[in-house]
Amino acid sequence: MDNFTFGITMLICGMGGTILTLWIMSLVMGLLGKLFPVKPEKKEA
Amino acid sequence: MADAIINGLSGLTVGFQMLAGDWRNGIMLIVGFVLLYLGIKKDCEPLLLLPIGFGCILVNIPLSDVMMKEGFIRAIYDAGITTELFPLLIFVGIGAMTDFGPVLAQPSTFLLGAAGQFGIFLTLLLALALGFPQLDAVSIGIIGACDGPTAIYVTSKFAPHLLGAVSVAAYSYMSLVPIIQPPIMRFLTTKKERMIVMKAVAKPVSKTTKMLFPLVITILGGLIAPKGLPLLGTIMLGNLMRESGVVARLTKASENEIANVVTLFLGLCIGATMVGSAFVRAETLIILGLGFVAICLDTVCGVLMGKVMSIATGGKVNPLIGAAGISAFPMAARVVQKEGAKWNKKSYLLMHAMGANAGGQVGSVIAAAVMLSVLAGMGIIR
Repeated sequence: MDNFTFGITMLICGMGGTILTLWIMSLVMGLLGKLFPVKPEKKEA
Repeated sequence: MADAIINGLSGLTVGFQMLAGDWRNGIMLIVGFVLLYLGIKKDCEPLLLLPIGFGCILVNIPLSDVMMKEGFIRAIYDAGITTELFPLLIFVGIGAMTDFGPVLAQPSTFLLGAAGQFGIFLTLLLALALGFPQLDAVSIGIIGACDGPTAIYVTSKFAPHLLGAVSVAAYSYMSLVPIIQPPIMRFLTTKKERMIVMKAVAKPVSKTTKMLFPLVITILGGLIAPKGLPLLGTIMLGNLMRESGVVARLTKASENEIANVVTLFLGLCIGATMVGSAFVRAETLIILGLGFVAICLDTVCGVLMGKVMSIATGGKVNPLIGAAGISAFPMAARVVQKEGAKWNKKSYLLMHAMGANAGGQVGSVIAAAVMLSVLAGMGIIR
């Protein structure tokens, strides 16, 4: 594979893949935050 | 008998003769002293620069056999660098030390952590344009991860002959983040943008979420980029140990004893790859230059992503926090806080920047993992 094709492929797949992966992770972590919110501490009787 | 004495004495001077014979060893001895000076006197990453500097001196003393077949550093190198074990052990420690709470409180800051890695790929292009072979260019680009262990892991795998230059560039520029970043941040933002006050992050994160984070990231990241699983898995293992709270002894050992011993060995091995004949070349200077460009580009892309987020949120995000989307943790976050406070005394960006910075920590590993998997997908590596 020539350097130009290699570089452009790495640029598109690398940058695209990184941002896509982290975006998906941000969505999943946002969802987890909603599914498991901080429970208020129980007041002692 | 006189001959025997003369021959015996000549054995004591051969080192000096050889030093005079190859000026490159002399240069590298000076480089070793400079690294020691930076570590000891200037406090620039002393934990690494001290063993690197000393390793560099050891290997450049003529007739030194420390990196020969049975040399003691060769034994450490083969055990920990060739097998890629040392950077991974360091990652367990990093995971055990890092609180990902700020990024979990604001998951959108993951995107800043992604933008902060773009310098890797842009520098890779530059390295290719300058004529470096493809896998060498990948190793040079990874300096832009601003993450020593990631850079060492990738370089030792694909371009071990560049290990010294890439590692020194990665660690040196990481310690220079407070000098490199502020001018770029100021250049790319308006005064109005720099003065934006962000609302305090008050959203707490539950322990369940903190414990699920390393598991989800490992599985998700591993499915998308399986080639980077060792990197991702080790950092997340360390973090799970930390967040679970049930293996305090292992967590403590990972962030202290194991990390310390491995850092010593790692530094010594990196220094020992800096042999004059292999290091004193124009190529090394170009790599150091490209490393600098990589970190500048990371900052540029991070701040530009911060500007996009600022526009998208109607000016609620201070674009300066984008500069913290690199992996230099927590130094980059502190730089952002200092720069923000300089323009607006009421601005307290630290927690937001810590989120971006923790995102950058994950981002650098994900970027390397994605890169390895793309390379495997193209059939360039197995």
